[in-house]
Amino acid sequence: MSTQQMERHNYDIVVIGAGGAGLRAAVEAREAGLRVAIICKSLFGKAHTVMAEGGIAASMGNVNDSDGWQVHFRDTMRGGKFLNNYRMAELHAKEAPERVWELEIWGALFDRTAEGKISQRNFGGHEYPRLAHVGDRTGLELIRTMQQRIVALQQKDKRDHGDAESHIKVFAEVTVTEILKEGGKIAGIYGYRRENGVEVLFEAPAVVLATGGVGKTFKITSNSWEGTGDGHALALKAGGNLVDMEFLQFHPTGMVWPPSVRGLLVTESVRGDGGVLSNSDGVRFMFKYIPDVFKDKYADNEEEADRWYDDQSNNRRPPELLPRDEVARAINAEVKAGRGSPHGGVFLDVSTRLPADVIKKKLPSMWHQFMELANVDITKEAMEVGPTCHYVMGGVEVDPDTAAAIGVPGLFAAGEVAGGMHGSNRLGGNSLSDLLVFGRRAGMGAANYVKNAPAAKVSDESIKRAAEKIQAPFNRTGGENPYALHEELQELTQNLVGIIRTKTELQEAIEKIADIRKRIEQVSVSGDRQFNPGFHLSFDLDNMLLIAESTAKSAIVREESRGGHTRDDFPGMNPKWRQINNISSFTGKEIVVKQQSLTDMPTELFDLFDPHELEKYMTPEEMTKGGVKQ
Amino acid sequence: MTRKIQMRIWRGNSESGSLQDVSVDANEGEVVLDVIHRVQATQMGDLAVRWNCKAGKCGSCSVEINGKPRLACMTQMANFAEDETITVTPLRAFPVIKDLVTDVSFNYKKAMEIPSFEPPADLKPGEARMQQIDVERSQEFRKCIECFLCQDTCHVIRDHEENKKSFAGPRFFIRIAELDMHPLDMLRNRKQKAQEEHGLGMCNITKCCTEVCPEHIRITDNAIIPMKERVVDVKYDPVRWLGSKIRRREEVL
Repeated sequence: MSTQQMERHNYDIVVIGAGGAGLRAAVEAREAGLRVAIICKSLFGKAHTVMAEGGIAASMGNVNDSDGWQVHFRDTMRGGKFLNNYRMAELHAKEAPERVWELEIWGALFDRTAEGKISQRNFGGHEYPRLAHVGDRTGLELIRTMQQRIVALQQKDKRDHGDAESHIKVFAEVTVTEILKEGGKIAGIYGYRRENGVEVLFEAPAVVLATGGVGKTFKITSNSWEGTGDGHALALKAGGNLVDMEFLQFHPTGMVWPPSVRGLLVTESVRGDGGVLSNSDGVRFMFKYIPDVFKDKYADNEEEADRWYDDQSNNRRPPELLPRDEVARAINAEVKAGRGSPHGGVFLDVSTRLPADVIKKKLPSMWHQFMELANVDITKEAMEVGPTCHYVMGGVEVDPDTAAAIGVPGLFAAGEVAGGMHGSNRLGGNSLSDLLVFGRRAGMGAANYVKNAPAAKVSDESIKRAAEKIQAPFNRTGGENPYALHEELQELTQNLVGIIRTKTELQEAIEKIADIRKRIEQVSVSGDRQFNPGFHLSFDLDNMLLIAESTAKSAIVREESRGGHTRDDFPGMNPKWRQINNISSFTGKEIVVKQQSLTDMPTELFDLFDPHELEKYMTPEEMTKGGVKQ
Repeated sequence: MTRKIQMRIWRGNSESGSLQDVSVDANEGEVVLDVIHRVQATQMGDLAVRWNCKAGKCGSCSVEINGKPRLACMTQMANFAEDETITVTPLRAFPVIKDLVTDVSFNYKKAMEIPSFEPPADLKPGEARMQQIDVERSQEFRKCIECFLCQDTCHVIRDHEENKKSFAGPRFFIRIAELDMHPLDMLRNRKQKAQEEHGLGMCNITKCCTEVCPEHIRITDNAIIPMKERVVDVKYDPVRWLGSKIRRREEVL
């Protein structure tokens, strides 16, 4: 099958990824009058966004009217340990409510308060009840609403132009192998249809990356097979940068048993709604793990923690609701100290805390998930949980307002694939709002760019080169098995670049990754191009390898512990490192990591914080300066 | 605890295919999808199967297991007897692409034919007020993960290709019911359209769809039957229809 047919398409904007961010970008671009192609690796409506459970963080103040964007901004910066791109955190906090209300106008049905407003729930790191939700299936509501919004726009196009797909067309089950540039600017993308291997060229002056995360680089993860860092890798290969790839969020509560579902997420709402963590001695251990910076916000005794659920004004929060990085490290420490549960986790119990019918109403998918996959009835017994690789804070370096990728004209990125917004650690609920806020901004950014960009034309040479790359794994025989290599990579990232890191292990990881990089060039696949998972994996593997390299190389230089990066050999935060982003770029052979200074917050944002809090993160010089006057 | 199990997996494409026997290890606590993945990784590198979340939330891994439409990720190996041969075949109601992967585009075409949600024209962001009890009826249908198992099992189209043109299927009857019961939806005649354009009348409520639904949505009892009943009522009583919409609107604003 060496001579392949090629499909050719031409659009104003190509959106890669059909999760929340991609679909929101597509809607915005379409509404600006442009023609948009949406490309997804799986079927339309199956993106990983469906897995989000807890809710969408937005300071609507429906449950507690003391909430506002300033409070949300503060919580986000605090959660990210002040490494966040302040401008992204600011835009996010300001615009999230509008994005939630807009979903309602598009047909979403959130749970309600007694007054009939959108209900909001408590979540780790959020000062007030802030997460708009639908039971514990909020991600499904978001993706379905966006999917149906796309259909509504297509129906309108059918009425107005006689063709439902005249302005938005979804290309499902397509893998993108390359971003194509001509004269230094985006000219299109190249890939193939997973169904039959037919190659596809899209010519377009703007490309929006909305490809999600990188979880499949790790062995224990909550991510589906799609989370292979495609967008991260495509951006690197196109000359873009990744920012702070050392920061990975290990969600504290993944299932640990049975092995086939190890890593599968147990929503934080279990804790938000009253669930508590305990070890094999029956001790509610989180009280021991409240870091100094959070001491005034979290209860240090069970009585106060339990009172908080009913009276949040006069009590501090239960420590189970500390930001995710803190809880994950605590669980890790308990297990290491030999106080773990039978299958190597800890206990998460809601059965003794809430009546059975309330549990089933508030946490229906969790009840199902444990009943059907682990034969555990969570209304009667405790769950066993442990950390699972959940989210990558690092990602494509972008301009906050337009989501334009730095250094690659015509490339945009939004959602998990973009970096900066969450700093060193993301708060639960801030992901769905991130998708909507920056998905929309990427759609706008790309639309404005396209209006002034010349029509895209991809050269025959570029096409030839891209096509050869796709055929390559079939031309080799008897080479490495992609499944075996993937397993090897996952093993090494899990063990050497995981939740607790050291210099020697990271050094070992970097060497092993270089070794796999050589062997990956020899990957060969059996069968033909028709829906061939081994063939698909050979491309995903290349992407994951770049992610692993970028993560390990960023992790080895950051000599401190902060958020989703914990160095056993540098256990504390270092204010000097708070001022620095690690920027990864790709030379064509390897990842190079350089240091770059963060932009200082403007005074108006700086002044939103209590100086005593900022002192814990910032250098004396920064405190004296007090932000940038504007 | 590992045991050897016998499987028969359908392999082929739109032109031809057959069941192939494999012997493969299964570990304690595994689901059918785990075992299919093991076959893929060790014996048939190019075996095609769709899957995503592996948690029963995305509805991608729909197949037929011993003839029953199921999600491969939610079917535990422990459900089968020690010596039972497990037969896995693609969804029968849709054309095969390769092995266990079928062309489900029928469903996306039908989705395009259902008129979209229509909010009150003057509804401002954040102004909607709805009671929990009123949103819950539609929320039940919005739990749908679009696995299309109900479409696959529905005998109106399962072995009757000729009915596909005029029949939207259970998935889209619950979509219509969801919008019909949506407190903010202003479009009239949804039930009538279901009857006249989407083949609601062809359903003779055998409840097969409800039985296979992994989300336990009561498709027949809560969506199809109420629509069938009321389509007859309301069809001849426009005053009642108007009344219901006006009341609804007052609650909203």
